[in-house]
Amino acid sequence: MSLHSKVPPGELAEKWTNYRSSMPLVAPNNKRRLEVIVVGTGLAGASAAASLGELGYQVKCFTFHDSPRRAHSIAAQGGINAAKNYQNDGDSVYRLFYDTIKGGDYRSREANVHRLAEVSTDIIDQCVAQGVPFAREYGGLLANRSFGGVQVSRTFYARGQTGQQLLIGAYQALSRQINSGAVSMYNRHEMLDLVVVDGKARGIIARNLLTGKLERFAAHCVVLATGGYGNVYYLSTNAMCCNVTSAWRAVKRGAYMANPCFTQIHPTCIPVSGDYQSKLTLMSESLRNDGRVWVPKEKEDVDAIRNGNTRPEDLPEEKRDYYLERRYPAFGNLVPRDVASRAAKQACDEGKGVNQSGLAVFLDFADAIERYGRSEAKSQGLENPNNSDITKLGEGVVEAKYGNLFEMYEKITGDNPYKTPMMIYPAVHYTMGGLWVDYNLESNLPGLFVLGEANYSDHGANRLGASALMQGLADGYFVVPYTIGTFLSDEIRNPAISTDQRAFEEAEQATRDRLNKLISVKGNQTVEAFHRRLGLIMWEYCGMSRNADGLRKGQKMIQELREEYWNDVLVPGNADEFNPELEKAVRVADFMEMGEMMMEDALNRDESCGGHFREEYQTPEGEALRRDDEFTYVAAWEWVENADSVLHKEELTFENVELKTRSYK
Amino acid sequence: MQLTLKIWRQAPGNGQGKFENYNVVANEHMSFLEMLDVLNQDLIESGKDPVAFEHDCREGICGTCSMVINGRPHGPLQGTTVCQLHMRFFKDGDTITIEPWRAASFPIVKDLVVDRSSFDRIIQVGGYISVNTGQAPDGNAIPVERGEASKSMDAAACIGCGACVAACPNASAMLFVSAKVSHLALLPQGEVEDDKRVTAMVNQMDKEGFGNCSNVGACEAECPKEISIANIARLNRQYLRASLSGE
Repeated sequence: MSLHSKVPPGELAEKWTNYRSSMPLVAPNNKRRLEVIVVGTGLAGASAAASLGELGYQVKCFTFHDSPRRAHSIAAQGGINAAKNYQNDGDSVYRLFYDTIKGGDYRSREANVHRLAEVSTDIIDQCVAQGVPFAREYGGLLANRSFGGVQVSRTFYARGQTGQQLLIGAYQALSRQINSGAVSMYNRHEMLDLVVVDGKARGIIARNLLTGKLERFAAHCVVLATGGYGNVYYLSTNAMCCNVTSAWRAVKRGAYMANPCFTQIHPTCIPVSGDYQSKLTLMSESLRNDGRVWVPKEKEDVDAIRNGNTRPEDLPEEKRDYYLERRYPAFGNLVPRDVASRAAKQACDEGKGVNQSGLAVFLDFADAIERYGRSEAKSQGLENPNNSDITKLGEGVVEAKYGNLFEMYEKITGDNPYKTPMMIYPAVHYTMGGLWVDYNLESNLPGLFVLGEANYSDHGANRLGASALMQGLADGYFVVPYTIGTFLSDEIRNPAISTDQRAFEEAEQATRDRLNKLISVKGNQTVEAFHRRLGLIMWEYCGMSRNADGLRKGQKMIQELREEYWNDVLVPGNADEFNPELEKAVRVADFMEMGEMMMEDALNRDESCGGHFREEYQTPEGEALRRDDEFTYVAAWEWVENADSVLHKEELTFENVELKTRSYK
Repeated sequence: MQLTLKIWRQAPGNGQGKFENYNVVANEHMSFLEMLDVLNQDLIESGKDPVAFEHDCREGICGTCSMVINGRPHGPLQGTTVCQLHMRFFKDGDTITIEPWRAASFPIVKDLVVDRSSFDRIIQVGGYISVNTGQAPDGNAIPVERGEASKSMDAAACIGCGACVAACPNASAMLFVSAKVSHLALLPQGEVEDDKRVTAMVNQMDKEGFGNCSNVGACEAECPKEISIANIARLNRQYLRASLSGE
């Protein structure tokens, strides 16, 4: 099957506008008769369900949470990008487009990314109108800050809780549609299969998590907004329940998984503290605006810090290596995430890691505190302030900017980051890969639309900070409400889809068999134990750096683990009851298959780009070596039962930007 | 550290539950929920039913985790959800009592898991600004005074966990409802509908069976996001005004 991106013709900057004006529409009287299933209530799902409901479609919306207000979009701290140029610093739609393409290491589709940059400004307007309490300047206008990988200030934020506030905005818009009857909301329902009828996505099988009952739901089309698959690594910054199951079930029904090896490792997370650990906590990237990253220059100082003989704050300036500032003077501590993460790994690989496990670097605010303290003293008219006054004033400014993050750090680690540098280490954070979609955000399976992190579309091989929120809301508010019409306009003659057909029956039975099989193994090891092992394999062989031998070995290890899982997993209870362990068991089974496909993709991609660093392909200075001549394509994988996955390529053409080696030096 | 846990166990659909005792070995770097993970692994491996509890982000923001620890919603630490509570705040040999939120409007699903969909229904009747996608003017078209925006943000920080209800002797949802009413009413965009909103939300709150507010203040003391009861005063003023204006 050939992949057709359906990118409309014309000049890049006019494609979306022209396409919107010429795409088929569905009349209001027909919208009322058309049904849409939306799975997931994060930013993408909630905004899509609300917007489709407003347009008049009959929407059925699903979440496995107890409420549509809890999806993991809520945890995004730093902000959301938009090309508003409110700061008059030279920002524009083109610049946001260019930064995103470049930041993604030239592995995303030009037209999609340009559209994202275009609608970014509408998102801010929409969110303000919904009552999102963005940070403001004294004049009452919206405030901005800068983020990694760019040189303008285009990030809008609501303290350190931007994701929460945007999600609550979308949740409220969704609640309004639930109240009006346009959206039927199904809480505590988890999609366990996709139903395909005559080649079109026509419904889902969902498990009512309270009763364990399998239920069938039909619609004219299905929208998946089910997030990323970072939890394949077990330890990640994702929420505990984030999973790949909905997307993976779509793959099993014929949808292609694109660029699965593109995972983002976030540079500023709290380091792992022990083997009981269940998840990793992110410290917002915004901290790199003011924090300076360093490790000691000398091994003896590393040892002294590790065993507690030297306090890091006492180590003299000349004995510190601010390695990001040294290696990348143009961007310094604000290099993109993949570059910052890899540099931290290199420092630790050289034995410079500063905690007991040797897997941590410092993020230091002492300079920022002093700088802000001096400036504050000046603005308050203090003459000859002493050092402690300056520190106090500076800490006040830093607290106003990052207070909640500092507090969170202290709660988790017990250290006070105002007094001693934070320790950070990279952790799995986001997955750029996802289901393949065309310009309409429709997968190769007709009638299956995929939004937000669940699709692969906009971030290429690396996502820039504050762009996930932007993409989720762009897809849900401003793209799919239009593009879904390209499919549904052909459906107006089809009556409501019945669940009383063979495809539904077959999918329900297959799901029931799968659940019963998991329950019936009654082995010796818990689901959690298997998930941890899977995570270790993924992190070791498909983590921050990869090589062909390791990937082959990892693949084999996953195959063996999978075999062991189905023979020795211990799932308590029954399938027909409230059973959180069974929920996990289903997800981990799918993570294993997904992990294998990620390794396959990483093995195929003989180059280093973005978050994918193949050790065989690096420059003499240790920077990523991209191979545009051979790998300027999207790798879309088709699952084949009991055989190798089949690779389909979508060649990427760049008509508006020149492919350059990314340099942040 | 050796701990004794006294945990409320209640089967689904059963109106009755009881405390059961468990021993667990933890270390001080664990989070409280990781300590419960350890307990559940032991229970599963010994063929017993693991303790059902809700959790997701484990970063203190999704509002999913919900349990009363030694009589206090989210445990002993001020301004902290259970998932952000670490074991270094407990001592070797402690006995820790763990219960679900207790309120008639939050029926128990199983063990420590409760049904909080009543909160969603309160939002659905008016906890929003009526604006469709695409209708918005430019984000800077209406300046918002910085202090008011900040107060609005203080109220909007609510994570909808329900600790306020669990803390209140009347199981009142006033702090939750007033946080939403305040968040929106403090912004010019939300002010337009405030009479209608406050009336609808308070009526729905009553319909869901939440108790009345008698100014105890436990909700504010236990709120993991430290939402102020000044919001309740604002709600009362608004409700009164709306009643007088006939909404």
